[in-house]
Amino acid sequence: MNIKLILASLAALVTGAIFVNGQDQIVGRVEGKLQKPKMAVIDFRGVGDAQKFMVTFNTTLWGELSNSGVLEMVGKTFYPLEVPQQPQDFKPPTTVAGSRRGDPPRIQKNGPWLTDWSSPPPNADYLTFGYTAVQDGRLLLRGFLFNVRQPDVASSGLIAKLYFGSLDDDGAKKVAREFAADILQQFGQKSLSGTKIFFVSDRTGNKEIWSMDYDGSNQKQMTSYKTISKEPVVSADGRTFAFTSLIKGSWQIMTHSVETGKKLPFYNPVSSTIETPEFTPDGKHVLYAASLNGWVNICIADANGGNMNQLSHVRSSEVSPKVNPKTGRDVLFISGRSGIEQLWHMSVDGGDAEMVTNGEGYVANPSWNPNGQTIAFAWTRGFEPGAYNIFIMDLASRKILIQLTSNNGKNENPWWAPDGVHLVYQSTHGRSTQIYSVLADGTHPQQLTTQGNNTQPVWANGIN
Amino acid sequence: MRNLSRTPVLAQFGAAVFAAVLMVSAAGCKKKIPVPTTPAPTTERAPTPETPAPTPLAVRINNFTGEPRSIERGQSATLRWSVGNSTDISIDHDLGAVAANGTRQVFPSQTTTYTLTAKGNSAQDTRSVTIEVSSSVPPPPPPVVGTRVSGSEILAREGQDVYFDYDKNDIRADGRDTLTKDAEIIKRILSADPTFTIVIEGHCDERGSEEYNLALGDRRALAVKEFLTQLGVPEDRLKTISFGKERPVCTDENEACYQRNRRGHLAPAQ
Repeated sequence: MNIKLILASLAALVTGAIFVNGQDQIVGRVEGKLQKPKMAVIDFRGVGDAQKFMVTFNTTLWGELSNSGVLEMVGKTFYPLEVPQQPQDFKPPTTVAGSRRGDPPRIQKNGPWLTDWSSPPPNADYLTFGYTAVQDGRLLLRGFLFNVRQPDVASSGLIAKLYFGSLDDDGAKKVAREFAADILQQFGQKSLSGTKIFFVSDRTGNKEIWSMDYDGSNQKQMTSYKTISKEPVVSADGRTFAFTSLIKGSWQIMTHSVETGKKLPFYNPVSSTIETPEFTPDGKHVLYAASLNGWVNICIADANGGNMNQLSHVRSSEVSPKVNPKTGRDVLFISGRSGIEQLWHMSVDGGDAEMVTNGEGYVANPSWNPNGQTIAFAWTRGFEPGAYNIFIMDLASRKILIQLTSNNGKNENPWWAPDGVHLVYQSTHGRSTQIYSVLADGTHPQQLTTQGNNTQPVWANGIN
Repeated sequence: MRNLSRTPVLAQFGAAVFAAVLMVSAAGCKKKIPVPTTPAPTTERAPTPETPAPTPLAVRINNFTGEPRSIERGQSATLRWSVGNSTDISIDHDLGAVAANGTRQVFPSQTTTYTLTAKGNSAQDTRSVTIEVSSSVPPPPPPVVGTRVSGSEILAREGQDVYFDYDKNDIRADGRDTLTKDAEIIKRILSADPTFTIVIEGHCDERGSEEYNLALGDRRALAVKEFLTQLGVPEDRLKTISFGKERPVCTDENEACYQRNRRGHLAPAQ
């Protein structure tokens, strides 16, 4: 791995995060909260052999909570020296009479207490604590989440739960992630656990569809057509993925089962180019771009490709239909109607088409936030043709909330995570294109791929 | 030698290398490039009698030669002669009367003996020369390539790419000239092979998005197809495919390379 490249891209991302286009309260707009809850997380310790996996556990737990974007993590240097490992470690202070008559009563500390955490220096709102042990050859985690602003232990407890994993680093990661998911759920955060990122990789020599976990682990080849397969998309239930493939001299849309990997029936109309498939949120229809009358325009069909209808009838190229996941009634797409490709918006029946971007530069790759209001896309505005950066916009007001990247490389194919807080995108440095995840405010960028070139990521729901 | 024929170039090269190796290995030798000496025509000069010639002067054929003495069918040999004291000189095989000194190029199709007859003063002299004509059957020519393959070869050799402006699918003025030539080539190929089909590939430079470029390449291929059809190329012999930016011919990040990639390309259909 090229460390310099990664550092360069990190620096670029951080710079991009600061570049805000004059819009205030960016983070608040994206996440719907102005003030993030402050979270303290003790370093967990393990009993006996469990201790060997505690570095992995603590790193994973901190990373999951920190990367969620919904919490403000309180630095560990501010923590009190005496930390609790289970609720009964909390000892309420007692009030004792002054040592001499006339002295005011004083508060005597009897052990760790809630106010150790809720008052400065930590000044935390919440505390995550617990410990691990070995039980029946497995790793056991006792995990607790307390609201330390409450007056007593009884009313503080939010989570008190046991988690089990294998007695190794994988088991430590597993219990840390499950615990983190439960904690994040307390803050209205949809867990990314179980979600998958589908993408295109050329690491075998051909472009094939691959999938991986949201943190880049478990990378798995999903197709092997040994031609060009690209533009993956996954149905909302996580069970079907569609993509574009060059089969016998023409582009076609294919659908496969995520679980079995098997090809599903899909009827393609006669056309030299059919591409950019998209499922409606209910999974009953598929939209795509097809060349039927000499121009690639937007079409809609049943989930198996039947009952095809052309939605747009224009003498310009139109691709990348993306249906509003909240309403299922309106569609973002890329159109060259105005001369150069811009972002457009229309009703799912093809009416009310209007241009969303202002005509500057070239636009590509629209993606909806699950809230159905915030969108992300790639735009060359302010740069040369081909030098895309990622922008996040409030669709109703057309206001750019943030320019997520700001360098003269190529940053393309943003895709919102199911939690509405993360995005995944591709970035090209030199001749190498890799996939990164990042928070919508531009923080916590993580490179997820390294082998070959990896492009067109889509963040899919896990199978329920 | 090198200019005369194409096929033995390799052999000549090999020989040259071999010769060079010999020269290098022959340590201490004077470095002297062996110049192939053209063998002088061997004149078979008849022994000149030292004795004084009797009177009247006798008819005498000084020489009669053929060079080369051995040829392959279709090649020529040169007869050369010199005769003294005769005014009635002829060569058989319909070459007829000739002057006292002369040359004549002959094209015997088989081994032939030419006889020169010189007459005078009731005396005559004859001399013969035989030109050997190789009767061995020459090796057959390379097998005739199928018309389909040759159509592909013609297309690859003579067909030219048509170039587009950035984000555009209009055929430019230079593209019209290119396609007019391409149309003639295609018609020639199609008339020679009624099964031949051409696929028009639309390509883009690397700057647009993959998705939009696939649509743009589709449009470029169709524009080429429409133009060729207007010039009389049958529509049902033309297919189209867009490769977007999947198959660049170069990957430099400059306009010269971008232009080379923004192209319509003609290829035989699979």
